[in-house]
Amino acid sequence: MTAATRPDATTLPRLLGGMGTEVDLRPLERHLAHHGDLPIVVDPGRPDQALLDEVRASGLGGRGGAMFPASRKVDAVLSQRGRPVVVINGAEGEPPSRKDHVLMRGAPHLIIDGAVVCAALVGAREATIALEQSARREHRALEEALRERAAWGHDDGIDIHLETVPDGFVVGEERSLIDALNGGPGKPTHAPPRPFEKGLGGAPTHVQNAETAAQLALIARHGAGWFRSLGTDQEPGSALVTLSGAVARPGVYEIPIGASLHDLLVAAGGLAAPVQAYLIGGYIGTWISAREAEGLVLSNAALRPLGASLGARAIVALPETACGVAETARVAGYMADQSAGQCGPCVLGLDAIAGGMERIAHGDGSQLADIQRWLGLVAGRGECRHPDGAAKLVASALTVFEDEIARHVHARKCTGDGTSVLPIPRDSRTGRRA
Amino acid sequence: MSEQLGIDWIRCDAHGLCAELFPERISLDEWGYPIIDGAEIASELRAHAGRAVAQCPVLALRLVGRAG
Repeated sequence: MTAATRPDATTLPRLLGGMGTEVDLRPLERHLAHHGDLPIVVDPGRPDQALLDEVRASGLGGRGGAMFPASRKVDAVLSQRGRPVVVINGAEGEPPSRKDHVLMRGAPHLIIDGAVVCAALVGAREATIALEQSARREHRALEEALRERAAWGHDDGIDIHLETVPDGFVVGEERSLIDALNGGPGKPTHAPPRPFEKGLGGAPTHVQNAETAAQLALIARHGAGWFRSLGTDQEPGSALVTLSGAVARPGVYEIPIGASLHDLLVAAGGLAAPVQAYLIGGYIGTWISAREAEGLVLSNAALRPLGASLGARAIVALPETACGVAETARVAGYMADQSAGQCGPCVLGLDAIAGGMERIAHGDGSQLADIQRWLGLVAGRGECRHPDGAAKLVASALTVFEDEIARHVHARKCTGDGTSVLPIPRDSRTGRRA
Repeated sequence: MSEQLGIDWIRCDAHGLCAELFPERISLDEWGYPIIDGAEIASELRAHAGRAVAQCPVLALRLVGRAG
């Protein structure tokens, strides 16, 4: 038995603890020395009620972006007949987000512990950790960790599988993920049934995001009180943030929810250049001007009045040398390309919006009013929230970059120097019609 | 329990029949996809709604129960 001292509740990092350039938690020995043993035993067929009470008391919200209470996902699975299974969602298709990858690579045993906790919560016999094809290093880290556990005779009491799903933005959506794992193309399926009703192999499926699983692994060790001693009352705990753009040290940071953007920027060594706006919540997120971002608090409660939310907590600082219009046009094009292609308003609407934004970036504002109308026509009219997210991003750009749009359209000028800040995967179609 | 129209967006192929059969609550966007007025369907409109649901060539239109 390894008994690590219980970490000080208010000290960060939690999830990223013990990880660094020199020390990492890939070896099981180091993982156990840092985090201690997982004090639970999975009893297949018998959900761990005490553990569920603890998770409910923790108030943990899903860290994949929706912040849906983790305990309610368990409740939903337990309301179903049939032998439940667990799926850990490690598909992080959002280009500006790297937090799940960093965690899976640096602390694979914590993810596996999380899968075990997810299984204990519903009394499952098996868990699947799903990763996209391109996540080769993460796959290797998890594979080695599983091998190491087996070699040590470390019995988790369940079968744990690693599965690969196609790359892409929508694959991370849980119905798409299940569809891919079931041998489908990895696209959202019509609901109902939802995965908790009929998921992997038709079984009631307990799906949790990789970071959520890691948080569960810590809650199982240290309890709800410990978990809640960071964060806000409504949104307790810590969360991983992927910070990129014009900052001295871009990367994945762990913050208490409710921390200020300022503190996060300080942790990242400050700004690397003057910043005009921040993208909060990745490509389904919201632009917030630098002026509005002064004193910004990183919690959904604080962001709601601004029409924003934390999402999967990808934050990009857009330098003044970049063009917010061109950046948004590129992302709108990417999001249109990433549509699963199943729902008309998403396919046609996002394509039209992206085309209109591309025109504006090239000085043609003739479709500005059309874009406004199209934004209203895609939201809420698809099987998943992909069109809603893309529309939200573009809508915020029309406000935040209003002056820049006017400059493009009326003066045919662009303040950007051609720098591209927002990442677009290479294999994605580029150069849209304008 | 009242009823509301719901669309299976994956099935819907913009045939537009629903808007012809139930114009009281369904219009079409510029691409031909239905825009549903989410208001409760009064009993005198129930037959129109049922016909639109039944005639959808890809069975994408549904009447779904709503509590309250």
